[in-house]
Amino acid sequence: MSSVTNNNLKGWRLLATPFVFSLLLLLAPLLLMLTMSFWTQDYLTLDRTFTLNNYEEALTQPVYQMLFKRSLFISLSVTLLTILIAFPVAYYISFYGGSKKTLWIFLVTIPFWTSYLLRMFLWKVILGYNGVLNSLLLWLEVITEPLTVILYNSNAVILALTHGWAPFAILPIFVSLEKIDRSLLEASRDLGDGATQQFFRVVLPLAMPGVVAAGLIVFIPTIGEYITPKLVGGTDGLMIANMIQVQFSKANNAPLGAALSVSSLIIVTSISLIFVIYNRRLLRKY
Amino acid sequence: MLNNKNFLKLFVLIALIFFYSPALLLPIFAFNESQIISFPVEGFSLRWFEVLLSEKTLHGALKNSLFVALSSAAFGTFLGVLTARANSRYEFFGKKPTLSFILIPLVIPELIIGVALLIVLMQLGLSLSLWTVILGHTLLIMPFSTLVMMSAFNNFDQSVEEASMDLGETAFGTFRRIIIPMVSPGLIASFIIGFTISLDEFMIAFFLTGTEPTLPVYIWAQFRFPVKLPSVMALGTIMLIFSLVLLTLSEYFRRKIPKTESSRIV
Repeated sequence: MSSVTNNNLKGWRLLATPFVFSLLLLLAPLLLMLTMSFWTQDYLTLDRTFTLNNYEEALTQPVYQMLFKRSLFISLSVTLLTILIAFPVAYYISFYGGSKKTLWIFLVTIPFWTSYLLRMFLWKVILGYNGVLNSLLLWLEVITEPLTVILYNSNAVILALTHGWAPFAILPIFVSLEKIDRSLLEASRDLGDGATQQFFRVVLPLAMPGVVAAGLIVFIPTIGEYITPKLVGGTDGLMIANMIQVQFSKANNAPLGAALSVSSLIIVTSISLIFVIYNRRLLRKY
Repeated sequence: MLNNKNFLKLFVLIALIFFYSPALLLPIFAFNESQIISFPVEGFSLRWFEVLLSEKTLHGALKNSLFVALSSAAFGTFLGVLTARANSRYEFFGKKPTLSFILIPLVIPELIIGVALLIVLMQLGLSLSLWTVILGHTLLIMPFSTLVMMSAFNNFDQSVEEASMDLGETAFGTFRRIIIPMVSPGLIASFIIGFTISLDEFMIAFFLTGTEPTLPVYIWAQFRFPVKLPSVMALGTIMLIFSLVLLTLSEYFRRKIPKTESSRIV
């Protein structure tokens, strides 16, 4: 037996189990979800004739349009905010962390080892009308009336999610900053770049792959977020995931739920691909 | 601004306060006498922890979660080991696309995975149970485990394996006596990461759980009752301490993965 076929055999003998598992539990379910999105639910019976009605409804009904737009808006805002917070923190650790870099990273990630569910719930406790923030501010006599701007709306969802995902954005940015050859900074300084110029012409371009990775890490899960809008979003902050869940429970319209899921998946994938292609270009350039 | 060290330091300090303050509320209100979660606090009390001791549904949920987390971590690590070993040891047809395919759960929202699996179970007419949650969690853990194990296998010196074969060990004997012991730090790290992911996972469990809730699903149900909130804070405090211990352990084992030049960057 030639070594190529031998390797093929040995490799596939190991890979067969995980591959079949993924076929059955990932590919098959996704395909069935796609198929079901072309069916219709008629009370208790499922009509299996092919139709595009669900997609027509998902794309034209104002309520779904609004939920998609809001989910995108919230998710992209969170992505931008987490990067704006994470970048300076990662920069500080990478450039001024000295010998304590690992300790710093540890310090930054510790609070995020609380259960995600509880962390999001804590924001409800903090932002509530009689919550921690309002009661603290009233007690300290900073305000006389409880604040309502950051309660049960999109802002509250954005705030809570930004807090929840910031540490995940710090790590990839930190890694890309660590990879920057420090002699390049000296070179740019020697050649007359000021601090600002150096940042925009050397550091930022070289750190961009990390920034894009951070963006993906935050964007993909937050657009499908269910917990946070349900806890702190009120009715004005609900996202598409909440509507999908309703279709599978109370509304009992699984085909429409499937169509909404497929649409979300297409949105997530296309935006992620833009990120990835942009990143590839960057990597080729430098 | 970024080149001004003091300004940066101030920024990092504010960021740290932002990161830490919500989690700090857990112990504050877990030990607070008052039923209502707001300032000012009223005094020290252990009664919310005592409440937890008599919560039968909580004990059930905890048992369910441990069962699910241990099983999915074990299955996920098993599948991850197979994938990683195939990828770092052999060159074969379709290697890259299959690896990308297996890693897909990393890049789609958990909601989609939950929905897709739910549809299959509905269509097959299967009832939801802890086992359906385990299947979902295994799918989710497998990619993480694959990545951890790939770094473990890539750092593994193949000549040791060849030496063992040359000295007369069988392939299985080599695997059991040489390979497994050498990658055991990776195995443990992968298991702990998988365990933590499963223990904390809500979305898939919420969709796929039957009548027996996992811990996050149980906690989610408690949020509706204001009376239950102080004891949820107490539970959260215990979980925070527990996950810190786990985190430290997994970090300890991850560092024991022998380092080579190629992996030092990661």
